[in-house]
Amino acid sequence: MTTTAAPPAPVRTRLWREAAVLAGRTLRHWRARPAALAVHLLFPVLVMLMMGGLLGGAIAGSAADYIVFVVPGVLAFTMLSGLETTMTAVATDAARTVTDRFRSLPLAPGSVLLGRVLADLLTSAVELAAVSLAGLALGWHWENGVLPALLAYALLLWLRFGVLWAGVWAGLTAGSPETVTAVQILVWPVAFCSTVFIDPTTMPAWLGAAAEANPLSATASAARALFSGTPADGATLLADHAVIFAVAAPLLLTLVFAPLSIRAYRHLDR
Amino acid sequence: MPAPTRPPIHAVGVRKHHRRADRPALDGVDLTVAAGRVCALLGGNGAGKTTMVRILTTLTRPDAGTVHVAGYDTARDGTRVRAAIGLVGQYAALDEVLGACENLEMFARLAGLDRRRARARADELLATAGLTDTGRRPVSAFSGGMRRRLDLAASLITTPRVLFVDEPTTGLDPEARRDLWAAIRALADAGTTVLLTTQYLDEADALADDVVILRQGAVIAQGTPADLRRLVGEPRWELREPTLEDVYLHLHTTPGDDKATTR
Repeated sequence: MTTTAAPPAPVRTRLWREAAVLAGRTLRHWRARPAALAVHLLFPVLVMLMMGGLLGGAIAGSAADYIVFVVPGVLAFTMLSGLETTMTAVATDAARTVTDRFRSLPLAPGSVLLGRVLADLLTSAVELAAVSLAGLALGWHWENGVLPALLAYALLLWLRFGVLWAGVWAGLTAGSPETVTAVQILVWPVAFCSTVFIDPTTMPAWLGAAAEANPLSATASAARALFSGTPADGATLLADHAVIFAVAAPLLLTLVFAPLSIRAYRHLDR
Repeated sequence: MPAPTRPPIHAVGVRKHHRRADRPALDGVDLTVAAGRVCALLGGNGAGKTTMVRILTTLTRPDAGTVHVAGYDTARDGTRVRAAIGLVGQYAALDEVLGACENLEMFARLAGLDRRRARARADELLATAGLTDTGRRPVSAFSGGMRRRLDLAASLITTPRVLFVDEPTTGLDPEARRDLWAAIRALADAGTTVLLTTQYLDEADALADDVVILRQGAVIAQGTPADLRRLVGEPRWELREPTLEDVYLHLHTTPGDDKATTR
């Protein structure tokens, strides 16, 4: 039987339809490999339990006080660490020439990357839910009402959106999934050199300032302020204006890495 | 708009020099394939076959030259070219986690078919590829031959006017090779123009109406298999017909024989 392509729909319609199909592909992966999904979600939950339950008392003197501090931090950390799966998937598709197949199809420009972004943001929302539940189990709760809490989650997803473009670019240019795994090790020093787990006032002044300049810190501080209702403050201007920085830093990452990712996708060559 | 008289594959003066490479991958290649023909692009490793396919399928931009596929300029009308072609790459470009049917459904949905038609088309292609019984298994559990058949099926979601097949049988056992040859031949018989790259001379002999031999990024011979056989001369082949292998070896060992063509 001869099959012809459907009559071309407007580009914007095609873009969203194709992106939805490709996002659905990632979700089918989770359905096909529930154990992989469980491990993916278990990791930030274990970090939550480890930091909140095991180390909280040693770090802050009181596990109960520390849990209020660390839950927004672990949520921000999760937005960075959870990126590994997407980076590896992008690199694997490129290495196995699946990306070439997509590029050889008459798809709307940007649909492949948009599909990846949509799938990743959906996964991120599930990650945030899992870590929040672990925090609630340890006694954390938000004290500032639902709307500020939803804004905090929106800022966390916005952070993921920004770092996601950096991850997509890294995945497309890495050459192999193994290289991505090596890059992923950097997540830990980036997380520790921030205010995600540790109050920067306990650090040497220069290190505290560096930690407050980390975009992860801005999102963690902004989320803390929104969850608790206590305004963000710190030793630097960036810390004092954490919400603005939490909006600006992912925007900057997006402005830099989204065009780089699109360019890397268009010119992908092996 | 496509030029109605232009052949389905028409490339003139194609040059490509990859970064960090010592020499050009393609150095002024001209290539024309007439409608409904199977053309084999023959050459050893590094001859430029895959680069040529990548340029023809819009995956790589040439440094110089003009390329028209299905009547469209690949530089200006990339989307139209992509709508008219199918590509079976050197490696099976499939989602290993998904099942065969899910892969085909996904590509059918990307081609614009609704869910019901996509499912029907996937079932149809699975049957054609002889994979109906294994359609639910993840592709990671497939043999090399099954993957290649599924890969070919994925490129046929919409019937392509021009099909590019890059070294399709590398690593396959003889039976799987024969199956794939039969599938490609059937497509050509149905009117699809096929450009096939291969290192296997028997493959070119079995499938191709025309053969183009590349060496170090340049065309050194082209013509029908029968024409090319005549290049090696009569006296050396008293006991049997020369094969394309004889032609290939002759061209690669004849000093100063830079270019031979029967056209």
